Amino acid sequence: MAKQIYFEDVEPGFEIGPLEKDPTTQQLVKYAGASGDFYQIHYDKDFAIANKLPGVILHGALKNGFLAQLMTDFAGEHGWLSKLSVQYRGMDVPGVKIVCKGRVVRKRVENGRHLVDCEIWLENAKGEKTTPGSATVVLPSRAA
Amino acid sequence: MANKIVDEEAKKQIGTVGEARTYEVERGAIRRFAEAIGDPNPLFNDEQRARKTRFGGMIAPPTFCRSMGSPIPNVKLNMPAQFRGLDGGSDWEYFEPIRPGDRITVQSKLVDLRESEGRLGPMVFIVIETSYTNQFGELCATQRSTAIRY
Repeated sequence: MAKQIYFEDVEPGFEIGPLEKDPTTQQLVKYAGASGDFYQIHYDKDFAIANKLPGVILHGALKNGFLAQLMTDFAGEHGWLSKLSVQYRGMDVPGVKIVCKGRVVRKRVENGRHLVDCEIWLENAKGEKTTPGSATVVLPSRAA
Repeated sequence: MANKIVDEEAKKQIGTVGEARTYEVERGAIRRFAEAIGDPNPLFNDEQRARKTRFGGMIAPPTFCRSMGSPIPNVKLNMPAQFRGLDGGSDWEYFEPIRPGDRITVQSKLVDLRESEGRLGPMVFIVIETSYTNQFGELCATQRSTAIRY
């Protein structure tokens, strides 16, 4: 396991990630199989084009999974991902690299839990945030 | 402007629950899910290493719940049969880890119906809240997801 981060180690503005991903059509097929989401726009190019898409596109939920990975990596073994929100604003396609990033927005202690609120997003090669979101992570405290 | 599709009658469906489904969580399914995402975290992949962590064994990654579907409430809308659908996003809350061997009961509820005018005509936002409860009656996670039909 990676080195554990503590509540005291972060301040608003602290940068999370980047977590780079280079999704392939094979990954989309694996995700379809693992998740049970067999909507054809994610693996059948003809079907996708007939539905006015540029070709097959990433499952929104796969991008959700990438952003969850960003946050469970950040939280570490002794942290806990408490909340995770993602909005699919733009499409992403296989063969184009994407990057997951985040930033600490706020720290607070609630009912003895050390909470860190973060903004998170996934951006494409053009720097467009196709999947913005937010997350709250519980981190261990050195004081506790 | 009055809503064309989500009228008062349609809104009466809010609160409807779908049929509950129970899944037994398989270790292999967790690993395959983590592999599909490309997430090498030992907690989701390696029982031996996960045993040495505070969880005492493997757990499922946060969005593993997506692999445990449940029928969404049958929403009746005055729309053409050939609508297109989009996934708008999800809001998750996590309370307890999901572990191999757990029996997770999944149930969905229609919590909101909205309509707005998009470039391609009316768009309907269907908000579903899904709960994931383990065999001890502990709520492990909730997911609020927005499906868009147009």
